[in-house]
Amino acid sequence: MSVVCTAFPVAPGFDCPSLALDAAQVARGRALARQIAQEVQTFTEIRSTVAIERTVLRLFGVEGATDGEVPLVNVCVDQVHLAGRLQDGIARPFCAALLGTGLQPTELAQEIAAGRLDLASFAQSGPTEHNMLQLGKKLADIGLDRIAAQRRQRDAFQARLGCGVQPLRYVIVASGNIYEDVVQARVAARQGADIIAVIRSTGQSLLDYVPEGATTEGFGGTFATQDNFRLMRAALDEVGDELGRYIRLCNYASGLCMPEIACMGAFERLDMMLNDALYGILFRDINMQRTLCDQRVSRRLSALAGLVINTGEDNYLTTADAIEAAHTVVASTLINEALARAAGLQTNQLGLGHAMEVNPLIDNSLSYELAQAILVRTLFPGAPLKFMPPTKHMTGNVMRGHVQDALFNLVGVLTGQGIQLLGMATEAMHTPHMHDRYWALESANLIFGGGRALGSELQLRPDGAIAERAKATLDHALVLLEEIAAEGLMTALQRGHFADIKRAPDGGRGQDGVFERGENYWDPSEALLTGRLIAAGQLRADGCAHEPYAGGEA
Amino acid sequence: MSKHSPLEHRGPSLVALRGAGKGPRPVDLHAVRAYGDTLDDGQMMLSFALPVPFGDEAKEAGRELCRKMGLLEPQVYHAHDLGEGFTYLTIYARCPLSIDFTKISVPKLDAQRLDKAGVEAFWAEHFTRKIRILGACTGDDAHTVGIDAILNIKGYHGEKGLEAYKCFEVTNLGAQVSNDALLLAAREFEADAILVSQVVTQKDCHRSNLAALIDLAEAEGLRAGIAYVCGGPRLSHAIALELGFDAGFGAGTTPTEVASYVVQALARER
Repeated sequence: MSVVCTAFPVAPGFDCPSLALDAAQVARGRALARQIAQEVQTFTEIRSTVAIERTVLRLFGVEGATDGEVPLVNVCVDQVHLAGRLQDGIARPFCAALLGTGLQPTELAQEIAAGRLDLASFAQSGPTEHNMLQLGKKLADIGLDRIAAQRRQRDAFQARLGCGVQPLRYVIVASGNIYEDVVQARVAARQGADIIAVIRSTGQSLLDYVPEGATTEGFGGTFATQDNFRLMRAALDEVGDELGRYIRLCNYASGLCMPEIACMGAFERLDMMLNDALYGILFRDINMQRTLCDQRVSRRLSALAGLVINTGEDNYLTTADAIEAAHTVVASTLINEALARAAGLQTNQLGLGHAMEVNPLIDNSLSYELAQAILVRTLFPGAPLKFMPPTKHMTGNVMRGHVQDALFNLVGVLTGQGIQLLGMATEAMHTPHMHDRYWALESANLIFGGGRALGSELQLRPDGAIAERAKATLDHALVLLEEIAAEGLMTALQRGHFADIKRAPDGGRGQDGVFERGENYWDPSEALLTGRLIAAGQLRADGCAHEPYAGGEA
Repeated sequence: MSKHSPLEHRGPSLVALRGAGKGPRPVDLHAVRAYGDTLDDGQMMLSFALPVPFGDEAKEAGRELCRKMGLLEPQVYHAHDLGEGFTYLTIYARCPLSIDFTKISVPKLDAQRLDKAGVEAFWAEHFTRKIRILGACTGDDAHTVGIDAILNIKGYHGEKGLEAYKCFEVTNLGAQVSNDALLLAAREFEADAILVSQVVTQKDCHRSNLAALIDLAEAEGLRAGIAYVCGGPRLSHAIALELGFDAGFGAGTTPTEVASYVVQALARER
């Protein structure tokens, strides 16, 4: 039984009925995905965003907000951005001002917030250039060290408490109040949960700042703040120690503050982040240039942090039909994989998403689900795949919903999924009550235990409907990848290939926060981070991604 | 049957069990009780958690809560220790209360259910131009599943969405639209009907959001002449009326239901 453990490499091999795929076809799919990712990489490498610049300041150690609850990192970046001088990055003027004033990073940001200092006036560095570069590197290294220390801490926890057995049982808390969430999470851990995901308040993805402090109000979820991360982390460490299991914490590095939240999560030892390259573009109408730039930086930080990222392809099927659009999920997971690897994420950090969304009332719906689950499992050996329950087909009929979720659990254990997002019987109606989670965990415990060895005992008929369906889906995915590679990802998004949703390259929210890097652009954390990822064997010596499954990765 | 028949000790005689040729007892619609397996037994299942530690006291607390609700013979079928001082209970009990079904009154949509062709035919008879429909998921709500199911061509449950109807001109503003932005669009678009979807219902935010839209529409002079329709898993026609809307649709609503209502309501208005 393989384990999801970011501290150790995961050997390919899993318990799932084997499916013979055409190796050349799979290789072609990966090559196309790499080509698509390379184009995105080229586009994003010469750009930055206000969120990326705020992340640089967070790495420097800037924390806190003004009395008006505007985060200090926003105050600083906005000041330079409004002056039209952000093209060289925030680090240059900020480090120049630190040298000029002798203040600490947060102190300097407070002075700026108080209106006593104008960062733009420090943009020209002159004779102190060398000192400035040294200071920037020193500060960035302190931030990256914080992340590395948390990774070592996780390694130590997992060495002591183990990494859990797949499929890991993932449940959500979403009360809106972090203190209630903590109680709910601790109860869930006692019922068997391996992963606690704190669902975010529904408006947060569109906020261009990260709120501060411990929060007690939210809608459909709880705000992601650094204090909330810290409170939940401490609670899970405590209950996990008592139970003898490491309880993972999951949140969302998504929306307009994707890289900042990745950084804050890395600081507070989150273990998992929802972090999709395309989700915000499609489902939150966030500008695609913005998200593609932001995903790169957020994933690089997550790579260093040893976080598992979860991608969001499962959501395509909430708007598109699960049978007709199954191939779009497969194509997108290959693209997400290529983008993630380019950022230094390893196989055991790839929670690639897919879902069980075929209408459960049609005949042979389980055959379709098995075909899809086995196909995705077979394409990404060793990756802790994230499997999402049938959310679209949940109704107020909680008894039927509970059975649908049970079938989902059976498919999950039978096909060796990594991260099982347990369905809640009451899903269509309310955010989970404490005992909804108990029902879900009891079902998972029963089925995962009972079905543990089934996947390695059963075989597919090579000429049967399930194998044929899986192969047909892969064929369609290849056709789509050929099209996307030919026209580019941005054009593909414009044409509505994913989730039946069309987005324009210059449409959506947050485009005003994207800029092309100037000649003197400088982000000291960038080269340092690349260096660390190379040193850890997560990137090749030339800074490029390892070949997947070629034995080259750490 | 002899006085010493063993059956005597077990309950009613076989003759009584056979019902002596009588059919089932008729339901008294003036006094309707919950039904388990026998008319008027009042059987109910309750399922809840209490913030008290697992144990006999927790079970008794659950029973006592049921008695306070007026339920009879509460029996704890299942109790589970959730930890952290919480106990989950499944209780069966009998409710002696009855309701007079003949006095029940529920507001109903005043519209005949038509299919897509029926809606289009009705429109052709009553209108000379396309009906403009504006849809949105308002407030912080980002869940567009509902509004998309009703409006997108793809539709829901085998029915095409309103975009596919030749009688409608549809604009779907998508997720997280503020009430201000929605009404601004309604003015520009000269909307005939506004469809608002609300899925997130935490702390009843859907109700305040919807009520605020109607208040704002009245203040802006945009209430009259436009059909306001809301939908979502926790909404109903009755709640919609309470919030000042013209109609409301709950879970499982299909596009033809909404389309049928919109054409007929607007035709009436004219």
